[in-house]
Amino acid sequence: MTQVFLGMPAPGHGNLFEEEPFPQAAHRELGNTQMRKNLRHATHTIRDKRLKVVGELPDWDDLRDSGSAIKNNAMANIEELLLQFEKNFTARGGIVHWARDASEANKIVTELVKATGSTEVVKVKSMATQEIGLNEHLETEGIEAFETDLAELIVQLGHDKPSHILVPAIHKNRTQVRDIFLKEMPGVDPTLTDEPAKLAEAARSHLRKKFLASKVAISGANFALADTGTLGVVESEGNGRMCLTLPETLITVMGIEKVLPQWEDLEVFMQLLPRSSTGERMNPYTSLWTGVTEDDGPQNVHIVLLDNGRTRALSDRFGRTALNCIRCSACMNVCPVYERTGGHAYGSTYPGPIGAILSPLMTGIEAEDNGSLPYASSLCGACYDACPVKINIPEILVHLRGEDVDAKRDTHKLPTQMDLLMKGGSWALGKGKNIGLLEKALPLGRLMAGKNKKIKKLPGIAAGWTQSRDVPAPPNKSFRDWWSDEKESK
Amino acid sequence: MRIALFATCIVDAMYPETAKSTVKILERLGHEVVFPKAQACCGQMHINSGYMSEALPVVENHINAFDTDDYDVAVAPSGSCVASVKHQHPRLAERLGKPELKERAVAVGKRTYELSQLLVDVLGITDAAQQLGSYFPDTITYHPSCHGMRSLQLGDRQLDLLKTVGGINVEILPEADQCCGFGGTFSIKNADVSSAMLEDKVKNICSTGASACAGGDASCLMHIGGGLSRTGAKPKTLHLADILASTMEETVTL
Repeated sequence: MTQVFLGMPAPGHGNLFEEEPFPQAAHRELGNTQMRKNLRHATHTIRDKRLKVVGELPDWDDLRDSGSAIKNNAMANIEELLLQFEKNFTARGGIVHWARDASEANKIVTELVKATGSTEVVKVKSMATQEIGLNEHLETEGIEAFETDLAELIVQLGHDKPSHILVPAIHKNRTQVRDIFLKEMPGVDPTLTDEPAKLAEAARSHLRKKFLASKVAISGANFALADTGTLGVVESEGNGRMCLTLPETLITVMGIEKVLPQWEDLEVFMQLLPRSSTGERMNPYTSLWTGVTEDDGPQNVHIVLLDNGRTRALSDRFGRTALNCIRCSACMNVCPVYERTGGHAYGSTYPGPIGAILSPLMTGIEAEDNGSLPYASSLCGACYDACPVKINIPEILVHLRGEDVDAKRDTHKLPTQMDLLMKGGSWALGKGKNIGLLEKALPLGRLMAGKNKKIKKLPGIAAGWTQSRDVPAPPNKSFRDWWSDEKESK
Repeated sequence: MRIALFATCIVDAMYPETAKSTVKILERLGHEVVFPKAQACCGQMHINSGYMSEALPVVENHINAFDTDDYDVAVAPSGSCVASVKHQHPRLAERLGKPELKERAVAVGKRTYELSQLLVDVLGITDAAQQLGSYFPDTITYHPSCHGMRSLQLGDRQLDLLKTVGGINVEILPEADQCCGFGGTFSIKNADVSSAMLEDKVKNICSTGASACAGGDASCLMHIGGGLSRTGAKPKTLHLADILASTMEETVTL
């Protein structure tokens, strides 16, 4: 069942799979009351901040439309834009590598690092490298990767997995962070308290040595601009800036969908992204680099352009807008399911509503390991409302459920209870007279309910309902019958 | 106006009083209500569960039942079912490669209204006590169902109508915009998460001290009501239509 184990790099797609069916993982995570408390506090805080700064912009909805249109256009012309980017990035001294999947990307990065002779790299927070399981792969090759983003560092030191794309350690509170530092951080002050400033200070002195010593940095990228060959990273802490400027070699791993046509497009995305992700008007550090500048910054600049299922997602006409995602994480911050289960329940590097569509779109729904993700939503639509590029996540979830059901039609030897329910329902609800016929049996339901007029236990899959809800006794007569008797007979 | 009632399957079978209330309100305003007998269900349960081929006969049946000149507008006491008719039906037809069905679905969708949409936007109701004679002398709170709030952008239409009912006291529900956890088959496929969401909704409802939680969707109310009942909580659930139909002479009881 399990495709990817924590710490074990998978071939092919990398960390894009459920590790177990969502309902099962959710059941376990729901029992973690400390995590639920941490998550509720954190998601509600970011939610409120986002609403406040978004409310400041009278043209917010127009900006979302612009963001969506720019992305749709970029995805429609992705081949041209990538080639244009390659040309401009190369012309300015950068080297472009193309990777079909996670394995290829890991191999390319490993060879590049080995060529420098270095056995250590510092890392800028990056979703793409989490996706391909780069750190774990490098470890097997004898190369140690140090995460420099504070939250990624917490996750790495704690031998844990990120549970959020913006705030990877959102499931931990500061006391838990202090405990991880005390246990795992070399040379840490044993009297360390859980004051945020003290924790940041501890991380700072731990990381500073790494920044100054490392010859190689690995980053992701938020944007690639085709017209200039420029890459961009948006961050809060400045650790990324240090990785991007201090080492001699800089290797960037970026999903191909990050390409934008032109420099001017940043105007839109630099308004959308910080407000949607951290709830700030502007993030503290935005680093943009274009190839190599002589005697200034890294002199060996590489980019690995990663497909890993993105072209597959692009070929799905009902699902492709998921590639418009700018990884702001607003959808998970507002999601009532994510808030309660946390990110680990989704298995994939991409949790929450966007992960529930992106992961199966990239791997293919018939890779049965991602079949339960599209159902991990009540379809409340809060994610669509919050999305800065208007990805209609609920619509794509429903689309993928359809793909999942169709894929399983061929593999199920015997129909499941749900199959039978849906087939029966299709007959019953497919004609007025059929539902009318069934409604004649409503008094039977009343018998089931008994004296207190409540049904407390239902059989089969319907038992899921009665685990926490009663069913009221049905009426004696349907509306349909009442209408016939009272309205039509008069 | 000649108004076709789309009762929705759940109201037809489980909450006939809510459909009767809808008829009462519209007749009180002097409109003629018809009930196209061929109707059954919007097919949302099938669509949202991914059973698209099984959804098709249900959706076709709805379109056949309502694609007639026999009425001016159609109304349903449900935001979710109306959102399905307006948005999901054309999308399903497109997915299954049926352009003619899509066209008819769009036409039916345009003439279909959720109850508060019809009352406020088409019939100009701004004061339920004055214009509808609505009277309900008790304290309620109100849960805005997700599909009405987000897919139909109902805004405060339902809440504003409730606030103008005679004798009523409306307490604002904390975290009102949070989903109750129903989500159709989500409630059984992901019963644990759904129950956790419901638990918070039930707590918030109880914190208002209201006698009832009102809403515009019978399905969400059945979910919330089922949770209230299971925990032995005092508040009941009541559909918007039932409160609007309640009068001084014929007051609805909980």
